[in-house]
Amino acid sequence: MAIQVKVLARPVAQVSYVNAMLSGMALTFKHLFREKVTVQYPEQKWDISPRWRGTHRMLTDEKGKAKCVACGLCPQICPANCIKLVPGEDEEGNRYPLIFEIDEFRCIFCGYCQEVCPEEAIHLGVHYENAEYSRAGFVYDLERLMAQTHPVCEMWDPADPKGE
Amino acid sequence: MIALPALARTDMIGALFQLQMAPNQQEPTLVWFTVFTIVKMLIVFTVLLVGVALLTLAERKVSAWIQDRHGPNRVGGKGGWLQPAADGLKNIMKEETYPGAAYKPLFILAPILAFVPALLTFAVIPFASPLPTPRGLVAMSVADLPIGFLYILALTSLGVYGIVLAGWSSNNKYSLLGGLRSSAQMVSYEIAMGLSTVAVLLVAGNVSLSRIIYQQATTVWNFFGLTIAFFLFLVAAFAETNRLPFDLPEAESELIAGYHTEYSAMKFSMFFIAEYSNMVTASALLVTLFFGGWDIPFTLWDNQAPWTGLKTLLTLIVFVAKLLFFLFFFMWVRWTLPRFRYDQLMSLGWKFMLPLALAYIVIIAGALLWLDWLGIRPGGMWGLLMGALNVTLAAIVFVMLDQGKLLSPASSRVRREEIARLRRMSVPSAIAPESGD
Repeated sequence: MAIQVKVLARPVAQVSYVNAMLSGMALTFKHLFREKVTVQYPEQKWDISPRWRGTHRMLTDEKGKAKCVACGLCPQICPANCIKLVPGEDEEGNRYPLIFEIDEFRCIFCGYCQEVCPEEAIHLGVHYENAEYSRAGFVYDLERLMAQTHPVCEMWDPADPKGE
Repeated sequence: MIALPALARTDMIGALFQLQMAPNQQEPTLVWFTVFTIVKMLIVFTVLLVGVALLTLAERKVSAWIQDRHGPNRVGGKGGWLQPAADGLKNIMKEETYPGAAYKPLFILAPILAFVPALLTFAVIPFASPLPTPRGLVAMSVADLPIGFLYILALTSLGVYGIVLAGWSSNNKYSLLGGLRSSAQMVSYEIAMGLSTVAVLLVAGNVSLSRIIYQQATTVWNFFGLTIAFFLFLVAAFAETNRLPFDLPEAESELIAGYHTEYSAMKFSMFFIAEYSNMVTASALLVTLFFGGWDIPFTLWDNQAPWTGLKTLLTLIVFVAKLLFFLFFFMWVRWTLPRFRYDQLMSLGWKFMLPLALAYIVIIAGALLWLDWLGIRPGGMWGLLMGALNVTLAAIVFVMLDQGKLLSPASSRVRREEIARLRRMSVPSAIAPESGD
């Protein structure tokens, strides 16, 4: 197949490389003294949106127990299939999670688990510094999810629920 | 030496050899000359290498500022002053890798070949007025060669060997392409570079760099007298040092890293030292040939005997200031102009700069001969006429020749028939989609 070359008519009469070069040089020189836009990361941090969807948190009740009732909705809705939930029941008949693990590597941070949770227990967090030394470290168990302290994600702005 | 023009009787070299001066204004004896030369070699070598290290920092800083960033600011306080030391340490500690298919002797030799001529060229550049010492007057250049400029032309052309051999011995197609491009580019632009300076040599009547500086100090800087030669030399200097917009041998976006793709650790950084030393030499040459070298403008006080330490210091400061401006200019241009395409590079070099340089030589030589024939000696009237000629030529080149041209082909208008011909060559559907496939 032949290469199709489209030759555009250019305003050749107006072309001046000397002028173009000088205006370019003037522009770059002006930038030398502009205010710098760099955020000095470890010292300064960007203000992230309250709707930021980061690694999860499990909220607790007054007694310090997880709010989760092991209803099984979040593993059901999870499109990445990253939540592992084994439900249990205590003597009073209250359901609680025996095992609740989230594989943060598989998670796509869609926020469906937070939306679907009837107890408002599992939340995404406003957080992004997640470095670990091993891959195993990214499977967050219940204890770890409860121990997180970062702010939780507001899935929508209460004043503007439809995101308008 | 060939008979010097009439000017020579009162010039600096003449003053140097007048033996009725105080002992510190005379030529040193051979033993002391050797001692001074060795000391100068050591000092210039050290200053150049440290300067190159700081230049890498300066380059990164200027790049950052032009892009509204801070640049290196972690190592050694807020300015990042120790960044070059950290880089150097890293490069020494890193592993030297040898590609299995590389031809090892040349692979090792290539960085050295790139590195040595880059440092050698600086030897003839006078960087201050002569320094008087109790043992005699010391010329402030490592070697004040009477053939200074020819030496530089000879040595800068050696630098290409390092790059070509690096490209070839790596046994890597990108490296080889980089090396080939560099050889073609350097050969092409060396011609324009050499020819553009002929005008300077004609006006100075000599190839010794100290004579060229003296001529500029006593009349006017060549930048104002020979503007077109300056711009030709400037463009050629960018091409010779492989700096943007002529960095085709490296061309990250096309050739990975070009000729030094396969290099690592200290051998890689030797290519960098070579590039920056070339930049320093090119800047020093621009300063020497067109901006009066170490001459302090508007005064002749610094160009005459008796030489003093104060004069040496002041002229050194002036030289370094001019040098730093051009080094900054190299970086400034780097972040302004994009890279040329290969055919654009070649057509700019051969079809535009070479004819222009040749025509310029003819005009300047003709003008000099004509003025000589009219009996107008260098002086007020002579300067006025040459100035008028220069303004006319600059207007022709920068206004008339510049307007209404496209870069490829660099020096000719795209004619209507040419566009029509190109259009006929392409498939009809590409330009007239309404006609249907």
